[in-house]
Amino acid sequence: MSYIIDRRENAKKKSTVNRQRFLRRYKQHIKKAVEEAIHDRSIRDIDQGGQVTIPKRDISEPVFHHGEGGLRHKIFPGNKEFVEGDEFKRPEGGGGGAGQGKASNQGEGEDEFTFNISQEEFLDFMFEDLELPWMVRKQLKDATSFETRRAGFTSSGSPEKLHIVRSLRAAHARRIALTDKDVRKQIRVLRKELWALEETPASPERTEKIDALRAQIAVLEKSSRKLPFLDDFDLRYTNLVRVPLPSSKAVMFCIMDVSGSMTQSVKDIAKRFFILLYLFLNRNYKQIEVVFVRHHTHAKEVDEQEFFYSRETGGTIVSSALSMSADIIDSRYPPEDWNIYIAQASDGDNWDGDSATCSKILTERILPKTQYYAYVEITTGPHQNLWHEYEHVHEAFEERFAMQQITDAGEIYPVFRRLFEKRTEGAHEPS
Amino acid sequence: MSRRKASQPISTGSDWTFELIEAYDREIGRIAADFGLDTYPNQIEIITSEQMMDAYSSVGMPLNYNHWSFGKQFVDTEQNYKRGRMGLAYEIVINSDPCIAYLMEENTITMQALVIAHACYGHNSFFKGNYLFRTWTDASAIIDYLLFAKNYIRQCEEKHGVEEVEKLLDSCHALMNYGVNRYKRPRPLTAAEERERQRSREEYIQSHLNDLWNTTVPQRIDEEAGKYPRFPAEPEENILYFIEKNAPLLEPWQREVLRIVRKIAQYFYPQKQTQVMNEGWACFWHYTLLHQLFDEGLVTDGFMMEFLHSHSSVIYQPPFDSPYFNGINPYTLGYHMMQDIRRICEHPTDEDREWFPDIAGSDWLKTLDQAMRNFKDESFILQFLSPRLIRELKLFSIMDDSSRPTLKVDAIHNERGYRAIRESLAAQYNLGNREPNIQVYNVNIRGDRTLALRHYMHNGQPMGESTDEVLKHLHRLWGFQVQLDSVTPDGTTVKSYACPAQEASVEATA
Repeated sequence: MSYIIDRRENAKKKSTVNRQRFLRRYKQHIKKAVEEAIHDRSIRDIDQGGQVTIPKRDISEPVFHHGEGGLRHKIFPGNKEFVEGDEFKRPEGGGGGAGQGKASNQGEGEDEFTFNISQEEFLDFMFEDLELPWMVRKQLKDATSFETRRAGFTSSGSPEKLHIVRSLRAAHARRIALTDKDVRKQIRVLRKELWALEETPASPERTEKIDALRAQIAVLEKSSRKLPFLDDFDLRYTNLVRVPLPSSKAVMFCIMDVSGSMTQSVKDIAKRFFILLYLFLNRNYKQIEVVFVRHHTHAKEVDEQEFFYSRETGGTIVSSALSMSADIIDSRYPPEDWNIYIAQASDGDNWDGDSATCSKILTERILPKTQYYAYVEITTGPHQNLWHEYEHVHEAFEERFAMQQITDAGEIYPVFRRLFEKRTEGAHEPS
Repeated sequence: MSRRKASQPISTGSDWTFELIEAYDREIGRIAADFGLDTYPNQIEIITSEQMMDAYSSVGMPLNYNHWSFGKQFVDTEQNYKRGRMGLAYEIVINSDPCIAYLMEENTITMQALVIAHACYGHNSFFKGNYLFRTWTDASAIIDYLLFAKNYIRQCEEKHGVEEVEKLLDSCHALMNYGVNRYKRPRPLTAAEERERQRSREEYIQSHLNDLWNTTVPQRIDEEAGKYPRFPAEPEENILYFIEKNAPLLEPWQREVLRIVRKIAQYFYPQKQTQVMNEGWACFWHYTLLHQLFDEGLVTDGFMMEFLHSHSSVIYQPPFDSPYFNGINPYTLGYHMMQDIRRICEHPTDEDREWFPDIAGSDWLKTLDQAMRNFKDESFILQFLSPRLIRELKLFSIMDDSSRPTLKVDAIHNERGYRAIRESLAAQYNLGNREPNIQVYNVNIRGDRTLALRHYMHNGQPMGESTDEVLKHLHRLWGFQVQLDSVTPDGTTVKSYACPAQEASVEATA
């Protein structure tokens, strides 16, 4: 007798746990592959899943086995021209292991173990342990997340929330409250009388009295029984309320210098940096707004498409972008409601005299309102005037103002990690 | 049975339905019973290719505990499959009662019928009949036991942390091949009993151990050999068993995990020893059963063409110089040997009468049944490989002696070579030759608790390069110094390994 069972609908993905454990174990290797992928890829497919390659020896599971050497006989099929007693050189690569043929299954091409990770996993590894620093919960307004909490009992509600114990308790209380205490007392007294009478010898008089008593008791009991056991009035329902959760709303300003001094490769690095930032924000923060500002001599608020792909260019006045950002903050993002973050990328080359204005705007109008300001200077040469100016700002706002330099594409990801690595709560960066 | 009976074929298209699978199973089952195949009841499960990959990566079992190495297996299988570098097996069959066979939904009805004949009647009857399986495995309990193991290991992970358990399992897996009893017959295991006994066993071992170690206060190392008897008195081949029972520092739960790995290794041990026979038997029967279906007119010519196409690719043996050559194909060898036995019984030649006087001309069904029941690969080849088959497969033997600069062909498929080839080929399937023979030799119970293992060398073959890695795992389990000596048959130590490494492993003078 055979049973035929259709298991196709059963749990698939049975190996998920094992796969995750495998990924966790080889995290270091995967991270390295992710890092390499970030600067090898074009901007457009930087967030695709990817192939990870691990050297075979790193993941082999060792067992006792024989090494090469010693004497062994091996049987092979398909003899063509050999006769007994033939001797020949050991084949190359087989290492004398077991003669011909073995070389093919010991082929050199198998030294690496390659597998694919999905886009999700790729991004997970890319942004692991990163966060927007000093994020705080602001305002309940516009909250989109709620939590349901119990809040006592109500006398109305839907049937599935009926609280049985509470309802019965209420009914019991009502019944006690509504029956007259005296009536119950009277019944008890009459009963006692009745029992006493029943003890006495029989007589017509006694029978009459007993009947009268019984009638009296019946009337009283009837009146007390009229109370319903359970009334609509008794029903109690569990009360649940939706409590808004404070949300951490945040806005990120991306300020990019597109002036003439920014060469194509510098712009490319800046864009890659912002792409990373953008992916990171979209992935890890649900409630985040991004404001794109690009500037040469004038600043302009643009959309994502224009920010990354527009070719407009000109001279450099950095303060134009800063004052524009400050204006946007004042008009749209009150700091009591918003966590404000700014990331700025530039080659550091600025109009003479403008850098001082920049630091003034920063210290007076921007930094007091922002959680974190990250400045990235992309230059291979010596630092330009903006950097020197910003160094003073950094001294004044050590925690909130971070600055890093990127010299080539390979540094984008490490710098990005340094800027946004997870800080333990309340920890201060070493001075 | 009348040949070419004018009956309707069961199916004509290539799509399968549950009704068709049932119909094929009924017919194949009927014919199998006519041939006297004794099987467990079948449980045929239809699964998707994804589920097949899952099954693949947990060593073919429907459930297993979690471990990263299974994830690695899965990732590898998935990668190869998606790139079209490999097809999935058409079936997986599990030695359990009822016998579970997986059929992939992608298969055509012909393949499903082939798999039913191959797995549900071929492998199934082998599991039920072969002496190794009867002795070493308990088909009715394995699924329950795996469930127990999975839950137990999950509980351990909750209690002691995933990482802790993972490390332990890594170490156990490294020694899994040395967690089997090769000769001693084990008690049959049942899951219920396991659970009940687990507690008492924990307590017992712990107290028993404490006795052993308590009475042995470490003393100055007294190098007068023979003064104290060795412990264990006889060398122990089952290293995991020895550690489970004797390692001084293991926690009870760790001993239990060792036991689980050991039990599962033991369960798979017969499969490793009967690959050629098992596959040969199953191939022989799918061939025979489906031909019988054809003779009865129950399948079409198209069905047979498709079936024969897969059959011949399964039993194809690439010659030694082909780029596809990957050792001797167990399907080929096993299938041909089974067919050859039938031929010797039915149409013996003079040569057969000389080589196989006992079976030449006997009832082939009885002879094959006896062969299936009472042999393992090594003894099966030694007993039944005929000169004719050696000629057909053009087998030849190569001697590889590392002390000589060249390889030598020392036997080919001729009168002088038959016996040598047969013996060498049989020896290739002797697990004892394939894996280094390593046994627990001594424990320094009066000194520093060093665990000494001996590698009894076979034909001067040394240990491979991962030996030190495995010793690290062994050291983790044992908790004290571990030492391994490669010893030649005349008792000289050729090479010593130690973990933690002492004064670097010393090349002793032979």
